[in-house]
Amino acid sequence: MEQLLQQVVAGLATGAIYATMALAVVMVYQAIDHLNFAQGELATFSTFLAWQMIDWGWSYWAAFAITVAISFVIGIAIDRILFRPVRNAPILSQLVAFIALFSILNSSDGEIWNFTIKSFPTPFGTKPLLGSGLISTHQAGMVAVTLVMLALLYVFFRGSRLGLAMRAAAANPEAARLVGIRVGWMIALGWGLSTAIGAVAGMLIAPVVFLDPNMMLGVLLYGFAGAVLGGLSSPGGAVLGGFAVGIIENLAGTFIPFVGQELKLTVALIVIVAVLMVRPAGIFGRVAVSRV
Amino acid sequence: MKQITRRTILATAPAAIGLAALHARAAKQYDPGVTDSEIKVGNTAPYSGPASNYSTIWKCEAAYFKMINAQGGINGRQINFISYDDAYSPPKTVEMTRKLVEQDQVFVIAGGAGTPTNTAIWKYMNEHKVPQLFVATGATKWDDPKSHPWTIGFQPNYQSEGRIYAAYILQNKPEGKIGVLYQNDDFGKDYLKGVKDGLGAKAASMIKVEATYETTDPTVDSQVVNIKAAGCDVFVNTAINKFAAQAIRKAAEIEWEPLHILSGIGNSLAGTLKPAGLEASKGLVTDFFLKDPTDPQWKDDAGYKWWLGFMNEWYPEGDKNDALNVFGPTAAATIVHVLKACGDELTRANVMEQAANLHELSLPMLLPGITINTSPTDFAPIKQVQLARFDGERWQLFGSVISSALPA
Amino acid sequence: MTVPEREAVALDAAAVPSETAVAKPLGLWLDRRRLLIGAAVIAGLVAPLVVANFTIFQLTMVMIYGLAILGLNLLTGFNGQFSLGHSAFYGIGAYTAAILMSGSADLAYYWTLPCAGAVCFIVGISLGLPALRLQGLYLALATFALAVALPQLLKSHLLEGLTGGVQGIVIDKPDPPPGLPINADQWLYYFTLAVLLVMFAAAAGLVRSRTGRAIMAIRDHPIAAAAMGINTARYKTLTFGVSALYTGVAGALGAIVVQFVAPDSFNFLLSVNFLVGLIVGGIGSIPGSLFGGVFVLFVPNIAEKVSTGLSGAVYGVILLLLIFLMPSGAAGFVRRTAASLARLRRVSTTESIGRSTR
Repeated sequence: MEQLLQQVVAGLATGAIYATMALAVVMVYQAIDHLNFAQGELATFSTFLAWQMIDWGWSYWAAFAITVAISFVIGIAIDRILFRPVRNAPILSQLVAFIALFSILNSSDGEIWNFTIKSFPTPFGTKPLLGSGLISTHQAGMVAVTLVMLALLYVFFRGSRLGLAMRAAAANPEAARLVGIRVGWMIALGWGLSTAIGAVAGMLIAPVVFLDPNMMLGVLLYGFAGAVLGGLSSPGGAVLGGFAVGIIENLAGTFIPFVGQELKLTVALIVIVAVLMVRPAGIFGRVAVSRV
Repeated sequence: MKQITRRTILATAPAAIGLAALHARAAKQYDPGVTDSEIKVGNTAPYSGPASNYSTIWKCEAAYFKMINAQGGINGRQINFISYDDAYSPPKTVEMTRKLVEQDQVFVIAGGAGTPTNTAIWKYMNEHKVPQLFVATGATKWDDPKSHPWTIGFQPNYQSEGRIYAAYILQNKPEGKIGVLYQNDDFGKDYLKGVKDGLGAKAASMIKVEATYETTDPTVDSQVVNIKAAGCDVFVNTAINKFAAQAIRKAAEIEWEPLHILSGIGNSLAGTLKPAGLEASKGLVTDFFLKDPTDPQWKDDAGYKWWLGFMNEWYPEGDKNDALNVFGPTAAATIVHVLKACGDELTRANVMEQAANLHELSLPMLLPGITINTSPTDFAPIKQVQLARFDGERWQLFGSVISSALPA
Repeated sequence: MTVPEREAVALDAAAVPSETAVAKPLGLWLDRRRLLIGAAVIAGLVAPLVVANFTIFQLTMVMIYGLAILGLNLLTGFNGQFSLGHSAFYGIGAYTAAILMSGSADLAYYWTLPCAGAVCFIVGISLGLPALRLQGLYLALATFALAVALPQLLKSHLLEGLTGGVQGIVIDKPDPPPGLPINADQWLYYFTLAVLLVMFAAAAGLVRSRTGRAIMAIRDHPIAAAAMGINTARYKTLTFGVSALYTGVAGALGAIVVQFVAPDSFNFLLSVNFLVGLIVGGIGSIPGSLFGGVFVLFVPNIAEKVSTGLSGAVYGVILLLLIFLMPSGAAGFVRRTAASLARLRRVSTTESIGRSTR
């Protein structure tokens, strides 16, 4: 029983990583209606920028704030420069643009900052939480920040005019244009938000997994799984999905005898697919009903 | 007496020239890839893809070859180091190796990385009789001169390292409960096998947890939690830098203090211990065959000073904290030594003969007491390691140099 | 044009309509295309006799990747089911061939192709059934799960005895039939070429048939297709199976040509490669798949030549340029150029007719 509790808590801690990434994934999905493969690499790049600033001697919070701001701008720039020209191309062609971005960022990170792992500071400290041997203060802080970001986003989207405009632009671009919403800029804003969230995710994750150019590959895949599990149309669902993936994977690795360790990612994904069979739009996702 | 007429000269000239030419040809024998001024050395390496963090090894080797060229080359011949990216993908390795051998006509292929990648070209190299020199992985299979006479390994193999860890455990904690963390691929499984073989009959009772991870896993925290939860008091940590560091740090976080053995693959002071926390790394035991460049104990060592000078002049963009950049020049130096030993008889057969006859070759960054030795029946150049313990500041070597040769 | 075809043209101006819709207004183009195909086949037959062995090896791999991408094309391009899992089918085909050729079975290499195809067909159908419930990115995740699962399964000690675990399986190179004056590389090339021609022709035939139109109708307007009486479930599942079959046969050929299989070669990144090749070649275009194969093999090499350290970045830049210049892939680009040329010709013809009648 105690081992179960331990693994669940450990799963929550790892799941927090996936949840933050899942949130960023869902943000951009809501803005542009498909998955950004380069999300993880953008987060890694942002984290490297922050690391460089800290390496130059700036304070953690200064580096944090500046990185988030720069990432926001980078996100908007990428949308305006890279994705506007291909917005009318088939969806799959846009996918290739994401893959290209991934490749460029990953390669550049390695070239600029090399592959030695780097430790990244955390504002939360790394002592065991409340003296227990289960998770550290940092991991608890990570969970807290993810939930706070989620809450802020909720307030932004439901309670502010800009948030409403963004939702309108994503839901029905034509109608939104007719009421004067500049849809192009709403999409760019969505990009900027998602890159900024990705930067925060990266800076939260790096203290746990260490910073290196390949830091986010696995995390993105798990985050994607979590987002799909929770439902791509639901940010809250995505966060819960991320936690769930962490827990499922840990439990699979611990309690399934014989093959659990080797196949735990497979098992986790099978569980997710099984859930999708029952709820094809994710647990909390809304099945879009379209008029024929 | 005009005995030596023009006619006789003309008559004997061809014979004389022929004799001279024969004499010269007997001294100089060239296989493809060699000319009077050049030796082509081919290589495939993971410059992109999942193993790209190792790419610095071959960038470093290229720098080393440049240095040798600037110093006059090998017996007057410049080394032309042709290295292609194989992205750690066996089909790509096959393609690039065939390109090197068939299109670029290289003399030898040196120091390729990875077990699956080198396995993919193993047969090809031996069928085409092209030397596959000093393969940069610790798999046991490269020491097989009987069936694969054209392939030779380099570093101490992982199974033998595993056995050494097992021997240390049996000596120091014979009633221990062991948890092993290993990467779910060839080298990880080799380490595990080595540990099991070394424990012999006690393996089944002593090893409580065998935890794996994939390189796409974000953390190994849950594996560490598992191992502690199983009541283990010995931790064999064969992970690569990133995951080894995570494991060390997690162990400290959950206040677990086992006999913690770190493998040779993940024991860099700056690459693993610093990120993990020097305090948390106290008491770690590992094995070395090369000098750790981040260890202050080598500050005044001649070999280290040579290496520092080399890095500063020829590979300044390389990370001086990265142990891979010590491996690179050591491997390159071995290749240069073998090629030099061939003299003017630069045939592939002679290369293998020289490679199989290295005696007590000492190189600057090998640990004192460790030398390179091969023989026609022994294709494992480096067979010695030394154990070290971390005291919170640096790795303290202890004991004597241990042979890592596998029992016959 | 039938309703689905009209929809297809309307939905996306740059998308690929069915082959017949293109042929009708450009009748002259069709004959020209047959000529081009003939020329290409002849070039393909002559090539191995004039180039070096190593280049023959590369060309063989291009054909194999082209075949694998054609498999993905059938599912994603023609039937609209997004798959990130084709590396798994490629891997299953490769391992089927490797296991049958080594060890006790010791099957001749040519028999492994139908075996690999059959195994993958069955796997594809079994996946196609549950896939019916999933759309878009959710289907992507399910197929992605497959791509991730395969290397893990191949390495697990459950199947180690069969698959050789992490060490993989080494395969002997097949010899050319006795009496033919060609070497092993050339023989493998011709063998692959023959398989390629047969399977490409079969795919073209499938696409032009009623089944093909049903498949494309499902992609373009599933509800209308169902309303017209097409059994969408049956066709979608069958397409999954056939698509897996194609990629599986390509995998078997790949194993034979490379002579080695290892679990980590068949990972998720290979799926992404296939997808990129598909899009660059042109979704819904059969010859485009071959161009995709060329891309997958040669562009990484080109990128590396430009810069070893930043080869990934160069690759990404090349990819972006291709997408900006050819948003519908190579096939779309060729089609549009041909259409503009035809239009120019028609304009000048009508002009000259107009002048002559005055």
